[in-house]
Amino acid sequence: MYPLLLVRYGELSLKGRNRKTFEDILLNNIRSALADLPHGRLTKTYGRVYLETKDNWAELAERLQGIFGIVSVSPVLRRELDLEQIKEGASLVVKDTPGSTFKVGVRRPYKAFPLNSPELCHALGGHILRNFSHLKVDVHNPDFVLDVEIRQEGAFLYSQTLPCLRGLPAGSSGKGLLLLSGGIDSPVAGFLSMKRGVKIEGLHFYSYPFTSERSKAKVVELATRLAPYNGHGVFKLWIAYFTEIQKALQKGSYPNLSITLMRRFMLRIASKLAQREKALALITGDSLGQVASQTMESIHVINEVTNMPIFRPLIGMDKQEIIDLSVSIGTYETSILPYEDCCTVFVPKNPATKPKLEQVLRAEAELDVDGLVSEAIEKTELLELRN
Amino acid sequence: MRNEIYLDNSATTPVAEEVLQAMEPYWRIQYGNPSSPHLRGVAAENTLNSNRKQLARLLQAEPEHLYFTASGTEANNIAILGAASSPFFRRNPGHIITTPIEHPSVLRVIDHLKELGWSASYLKVDRYGHVDAQEVASLLQPTTRIVSVMLVNNELGTIAPVREIGRLIDAANRERQHKIVFHVDAVQALGHVPISIPDLKAHLVSFSGHKIFGPKGIGLLYANRQAQLRPIMFGGDQERGLRPGTENIPAVVGLTKAAQLVLDSLAENVQQLEELRQALIEGIKTIPNSRINSPLHGAPHLLNASFPGVRGEVLVHFLEQKRIFVSMGAACSSKKKGASHVLEAVGLDQEDILSAIRFSLAPTLTLDQIQYVVYSLKETVEEIRNIYI
Repeated sequence: MYPLLLVRYGELSLKGRNRKTFEDILLNNIRSALADLPHGRLTKTYGRVYLETKDNWAELAERLQGIFGIVSVSPVLRRELDLEQIKEGASLVVKDTPGSTFKVGVRRPYKAFPLNSPELCHALGGHILRNFSHLKVDVHNPDFVLDVEIRQEGAFLYSQTLPCLRGLPAGSSGKGLLLLSGGIDSPVAGFLSMKRGVKIEGLHFYSYPFTSERSKAKVVELATRLAPYNGHGVFKLWIAYFTEIQKALQKGSYPNLSITLMRRFMLRIASKLAQREKALALITGDSLGQVASQTMESIHVINEVTNMPIFRPLIGMDKQEIIDLSVSIGTYETSILPYEDCCTVFVPKNPATKPKLEQVLRAEAELDVDGLVSEAIEKTELLELRN
Repeated sequence: MRNEIYLDNSATTPVAEEVLQAMEPYWRIQYGNPSSPHLRGVAAENTLNSNRKQLARLLQAEPEHLYFTASGTEANNIAILGAASSPFFRRNPGHIITTPIEHPSVLRVIDHLKELGWSASYLKVDRYGHVDAQEVASLLQPTTRIVSVMLVNNELGTIAPVREIGRLIDAANRERQHKIVFHVDAVQALGHVPISIPDLKAHLVSFSGHKIFGPKGIGLLYANRQAQLRPIMFGGDQERGLRPGTENIPAVVGLTKAAQLVLDSLAENVQQLEELRQALIEGIKTIPNSRINSPLHGAPHLLNASFPGVRGEVLVHFLEQKRIFVSMGAACSSKKKGASHVLEAVGLDQEDILSAIRFSLAPTLTLDQIQYVVYSLKETVEEIRNIYI
């Protein structure tokens, strides 16, 4: 029924000179997200976007609801600039909208229309009250607003506003490297950074044959589920060869520190890869105090290997909040598949919750740290996932 | 294919060449539906009947007691739920006797019946999964309707004394108005131990095609009249209404051919398997701190062993790099540690469960291949033990 979708992107408007760049990124992301759905033109006007539908507004709106940077979407009816036609359209829109109180909001950039805004408001309000006996006017707190815009191209009518993800368009902030395990947390951390405009690439540490082919397939599946939020283009997933490091750590004489040491290796590899790939930050799924490697002491000692910024968007969330978000973004079902990952196969009996830096450095002195890191990076493979 | 050594034949087997050939015409040439009135249908019906007769001969059963199903799991479900749905027991939830080491397609069905008000008793098992037939007598209750015991355990290879249990049930039934039905899951037994239906003294016996070099998607249920089976699925009259759905003729032909092949050469196969298994046992004994979990006199194709200090899943992945395919004794999930209900039931400790590996053999393997497996196993266990301190 609605030939148009009105797409609003509030936060971008604040961004001054960068506004055009941001808008271009958003439009690009929208185009690539809609590539496989029939749709018409995408037009930018007055700080919002109109999308022409092909009798499929609901499906298009649903897709738009998964794109960062969009605040809300409204399905829009269009009528000729003629009062009777506008009234008929208003009836259709109102019939399609739940609620028992309403008000009419008119905007009239096209001043040649014979009625001014208050007059048109009045005319449409009266028309609706006459035709819908269950409706009352409430100008302060209405259940819905019938918005009418009078422009040279015609009259645009809408009443529903579907909330979207908000945030900034993926890619508008810069590139970040997400440390992606097979667990619940890291995909959520990726999602939250994309929400602030980060374009992410994934990095998974693969320890075959300590873990199985299936655990890699699981990470690929998680990355595929994150990819649609990541904007235009392929989703890059790096698979780092971690087996030799695991072996070296298991042989070391500090079993309780093996997790701390492992995480330090991961950050070293991630930092080098990020530098090479021109990513500006690392992203992890750490949530303070959740496990031994996520105490403040651990994070402090682990962080010590890099001066690359590390985003930890889950730091203040509790497990249930993370799980809820993971369910709503569609990664939970995959995350709980029971395949081993390196964090489950190698957990020592008593992992240190308060590792000491001096001790960690002593343990690393026994290892060929640079050699192991270089080997892992050399053998890293790149998977390019398409939406 | 050539250079891989597949020791997971209890999970599934490759389809034998002769089986594939036997099935071939039934996909595109003799593709008819046995229910159709025309000649195509009649031909398919004849194929169905002749295969049923041939299987009956092979198992020494009556053709009218054989029902084709879509899997061994389905056969188990129809057997137990069908016996539980007799007019009397549908209104009066009964009692079931089984073992704690049955396949999930038996145990979970019984769990389901328990939710409907049934009760269940589980026979005691020893360290190797052996049950005592006499214990069945002591567990019988006036409301006992079903006894279900698997002939060969799929994780350990333990053989159950089903004949004795069957006799005991026969005796008990003489004085009962509502008869006890005896179900035997013989999925892992077919082709590995001699099976003659009259000998089993069972009213219900389940089989599967893909464990005997036949196709997947086909199972077989023997059910005699005393079982008084009621259908649990509804539709057409196929399989005399017990298993509605158009018959899978190619798979029926494949199952028959596979059964014929494994039963015709049963004696040679068993001898070959025994030799292979013995060689594997000898070899594993040379690996320090290893344990054989299977009974000495079990099914000839199955051997379960533990290598403490080595996670089963890790060993599986190390061996697959050498193109040796084995399976874990326990489930792979780290989140459900020690999920093998069988190994837990026989009382293995956690370390032995987590490090358990199941080798399941096929007669096509050679002693040389087993020697190579033992060599690789020894090397790999040592390698992994050196990594994990």
